[in-house]
Amino acid sequence: MQRGKGMKFVGDSRIKQGPTVSRIPKDYSEYPGRTEAFWPNFLLKEWLAGAVFLIGFLILTLAHPSPLEGLADPTDAAYIPLPDWYFLFLYELLKYEFASGNYILLGMLGIPGIAFGALLLAPFLDNGPGRRPHQRPIAVGMMLLGLASVIWLTYTSAAAVDWESRAEANKPVPPSDDVDVVIDTDHPGYEVYETSCLACHGAELEGTAAPALYGPEFDHTAEEIADISVNGIGAMPPDQFTGTDEELEQLVDFILSVNESIEEE
Amino acid sequence: MLQKIYDWIDERIDLQPIWRDIADHEVPEHVNPAHHFSAFVYCFGGLTFFVVVIQILSGMFLTMYYVPDIENAWRSVYYLQTEVAHAQIVRGMHHWGASVVIVMLLLHTLRVFFQGAYKKPRELNWMVGVLLFFVMLGLGFTGYLLPWDNKAFFATQVGLEIAQQVPFIGDQLKILLAGDASIVGAQTLTRFFAIHVFFLPAALFALLAVHFILIRRQGISGPL
Repeated sequence: MQRGKGMKFVGDSRIKQGPTVSRIPKDYSEYPGRTEAFWPNFLLKEWLAGAVFLIGFLILTLAHPSPLEGLADPTDAAYIPLPDWYFLFLYELLKYEFASGNYILLGMLGIPGIAFGALLLAPFLDNGPGRRPHQRPIAVGMMLLGLASVIWLTYTSAAAVDWESRAEANKPVPPSDDVDVVIDTDHPGYEVYETSCLACHGAELEGTAAPALYGPEFDHTAEEIADISVNGIGAMPPDQFTGTDEELEQLVDFILSVNESIEEE
Repeated sequence: MLQKIYDWIDERIDLQPIWRDIADHEVPEHVNPAHHFSAFVYCFGGLTFFVVVIQILSGMFLTMYYVPDIENAWRSVYYLQTEVAHAQIVRGMHHWGASVVIVMLLLHTLRVFFQGAYKKPRELNWMVGVLLFFVMLGLGFTGYLLPWDNKAFFATQVGLEIAQQVPFIGDQLKILLAGDASIVGAQTLTRFFAIHVFFLPAALFALLAVHFILIRRQGISGPL
């Protein structure tokens, strides 16, 4: 089995003849100090560190279920907006006089722009040869200053919020899928419904022994309802309704009117 | 058997150089916490990546239930939170992971900064890293809206108002993000979803690939 260099491809594959640059890393003995092979020795230890981290992380998620507030209501004018915590410092910055109103651009783009721009270009701003912190006091000082301001701004912003009452006031309301059924008991068909159907289909057509007479499962035309009332369907025996044709019409009209009132909502 | 499969593939695509590039290298003493415990600071980058992997996996599972429209977004999250087995843990991992990844990123950035590890020849990798930080903040901002609850809606509204005040391109920027000049609504949610799930992860993967290739090329910076 031939591996590595000397391997030949055929066809239109590129073949590099002659000496190739070795990708094989230097021998362990050429490194100073006590080096260790990444695979598998070091990775196994990293794996352990990762496992410990994962356990801590899972404990956090189990101890604090992720929050969910009520469904967004754009008309809720009393709601005080708040970004996620890692944006709080930018949010707080905009409350300062020199960073809002006429100076909003300074607070919004100027200060953060300079700070993050400097972060992005740090290797070119701090381009001396020394790597130790005391060899580059300006860069380290600026970073400490920036870090302290971010921490301070985040702290002042977060300290002003009463998190518990906020969470309490914005608890999610479970979505209600209950349909509000309005039964018009004055409807001429209601009386017919009461005598012929109510025993099985319930006082509000919600269905008890028999299925509900509304909802996605109930999809019948007026003719079908009339036919089912007289002849039955499935487990429903025939002749549940025994009245005049006029009463039948009223009954069908009543059932359909309840369905329409639901659909309108 | 495994050796035969390996040989079969290796014969065709010459696996060994690839394999060596990825895994076969030395870990120097000064970054190995087994030798110097203080070297745990070198773990921050790896742990950041670990949380990113958690985010990708938990996010993939969340999209199995999440519906990005204003009628159902909140309901799907509520359903996830209350009805689906273990979904509270998966969503919890995604929610807390978003915070933990920022913390780990910050620690990793500070480690690299205070050690001066971004100095020549590693300037490019530092810049790629800062861009990764920005992408991560963008993921945080867009992901915050997706549950479509009150805090999501109003925070996004404020964020978009700030974006609108950018000189010259503010209005266009807001329309690009929100889908409308004044309404934060159905369009905004689908756009944020697309940005959160497709655009920014694509940028994230590309930058991460560059970040890692550069690390392997240049090696870890030496001890101070």
